[in-house]
Amino acid sequence: MLKTAELRQQRTRNRHGNFAWHRISRNWELYLMILPVFLFFIVFHYVPMYGIQIAFKNFSGVLGIWGSPWAGVEHFIRFFNGTYFKEIVWNTISISVYSLLVGFPVPIILALMLNEVRNKHFKKLVQTVTYAPYFISVVVMAGMILLFLAPETGVFNQMRKFFGAESINFMYEGRYFKTIYVLSGVWQSAGWGSIIYLSALAGIDPELHEAAVIDGASRLRRIWHINLPGILPTICIMLIMNCGSLMNVGFEKVFLLMNDLNRSHAEVISTYVYKVGLINREYSFSTAVGLFNSVINFIMLLTVNTITKKLNQSSLF
Amino acid sequence: MIARKSKDDRIFDSVNIILLVLILIIVLYPLYFIIIASFSDPLEVLAGKVFLLPKKINVEAYKMVFRDESIVTGYRNTILYTILGTAINIVMTILAAYPLSRKDFVGRGFFTLMMAITMFFSGGLIPTYLLISNTLHMQDTIWAMVLPGAVSVWNTVIMRTYFQTSIPEGLHEAAVVDGCSSTKLLLKIVLPLSKPVIAVLVLFYGVGHWNSFFNALIYLSDKDKYPLQLILRSILIQNTMSEDMMTDVDSLANRKVLAETIKYALIVVASAPIIMIYPFLQKYFVKGVMVGAIKG
Repeated sequence: MLKTAELRQQRTRNRHGNFAWHRISRNWELYLMILPVFLFFIVFHYVPMYGIQIAFKNFSGVLGIWGSPWAGVEHFIRFFNGTYFKEIVWNTISISVYSLLVGFPVPIILALMLNEVRNKHFKKLVQTVTYAPYFISVVVMAGMILLFLAPETGVFNQMRKFFGAESINFMYEGRYFKTIYVLSGVWQSAGWGSIIYLSALAGIDPELHEAAVIDGASRLRRIWHINLPGILPTICIMLIMNCGSLMNVGFEKVFLLMNDLNRSHAEVISTYVYKVGLINREYSFSTAVGLFNSVINFIMLLTVNTITKKLNQSSLF
Repeated sequence: MIARKSKDDRIFDSVNIILLVLILIIVLYPLYFIIIASFSDPLEVLAGKVFLLPKKINVEAYKMVFRDESIVTGYRNTILYTILGTAINIVMTILAAYPLSRKDFVGRGFFTLMMAITMFFSGGLIPTYLLISNTLHMQDTIWAMVLPGAVSVWNTVIMRTYFQTSIPEGLHEAAVVDGCSSTKLLLKIVLPLSKPVIAVLVLFYGVGHWNSFFNALIYLSDKDKYPLQLILRSILIQNTMSEDMMTDVDSLANRKVLAETIKYALIVVASAPIIMIYPFLQKYFVKGVMVGAIKG
């Protein structure tokens, strides 16, 4: 009697243990499918992470990543004490804060405005046109900026001359750099950025508006009290994502617009990493600078996420 | 409910429309100017006489652009990198997204986490560079252009979400009961139903390859392998003009004038393929962003 019970128990246990295995073996094809993806992530993402240790070493190509001698935090200290530290950290932070302050609200306002348009064709036209610059490459964008802002012959200076003002060589005067960077960025990506808010606006319950109309609320009041709160969770998530990359000024546009005369206003961490790493070949030092940047980014992401979590319920994780 | 238009409403609408028209002009004019300048006489452009319509229409600039060997080669290279790169992207993204969309896939959490981590942590520029050039020896090969970004986590999320939401769960069960294998299920049922999302991702990845220049900048030194964007950089940003363009232009002054307007034509030539197909595919782009937004 006892034996049969034990046996039955064992049998169920077996069946149970086999269940997961059965699911795995039945789906062997799925594992075969994901294998190349798994290998891709190991090779192209996790192997470079292993390489981060050269930030704490004196990397030599002959000795390899593992064999190079340890250097402790020497490279970090050198970076913090370096001549360029203050300048590039300031440029990085000021460019991204400037971008965030100007660039973040524009897509929201654009979406709120588009949402009020009743003529479908006009709405579609504005959308098509404002999304288009997003597909222009950074190189073309930088080329356009240089053409339009060219001294004497550029459209912008032609207009200035037309109104009797002096021609300015915008690209050679460092103080214009950040504004050029930020405004061209708004021009290029505000339309595209509005898509996500438009889709959030489409999800707002029309009954709220109907009720507000009956209560005699004006259009502006309805936008302020219904539409804006309605898309607030989306705004928060976008804000977190933006803050998480606050120290992450994209390499490409700065690199392309920078020249020897505006460098002191333009050099950011990513272009500096490129310069010392790939031009001067100081691999370890450059990796240390890059690592410093990612660590700050990650701390920012966590901080902003915690703050918004406390303020309201929406958070990234 | 019948919308009654009050006076306030009408004022609001007019102001809104006027502001949007203004935005429309601000966005459109630079693009429009590039096009009219590229068809105008160089001297008229430099003198600031081209504003609303092209002056002394000609296609000299375009002729010069297409006479340049490096631009033609760059164009060819970019097409090659875009086609091969996008093909690899799509296959890899399907291979990642399909298993992850299956609820009965043991290890789903592990693979998802493994991919998600890479969105927040990366090795950074130098370790990646050392891997690709020193360890894998991909410098000056097409692989450095198409492999490092083979799978985008974000795009995988978009595709996985599409599989999960647009393909009924019952279909899997029915197929399993009928003895249909996962591969067959993917090829015969799932993929044919997923054409819209595949179109979106072909466009996302394709535009990315067409516009990318950073990987070419750091991994390519052989000029014959340069993609269009690197050639554009040398002409638009660094002001280098090749001799091919200028063979029958004599005086230095003339060359300088032409050098400026060639840039407009070059921008048009380089951006035309994408800007032209984009309006037709706009609804797919937008759908892609939204699918990603729902889950992300």
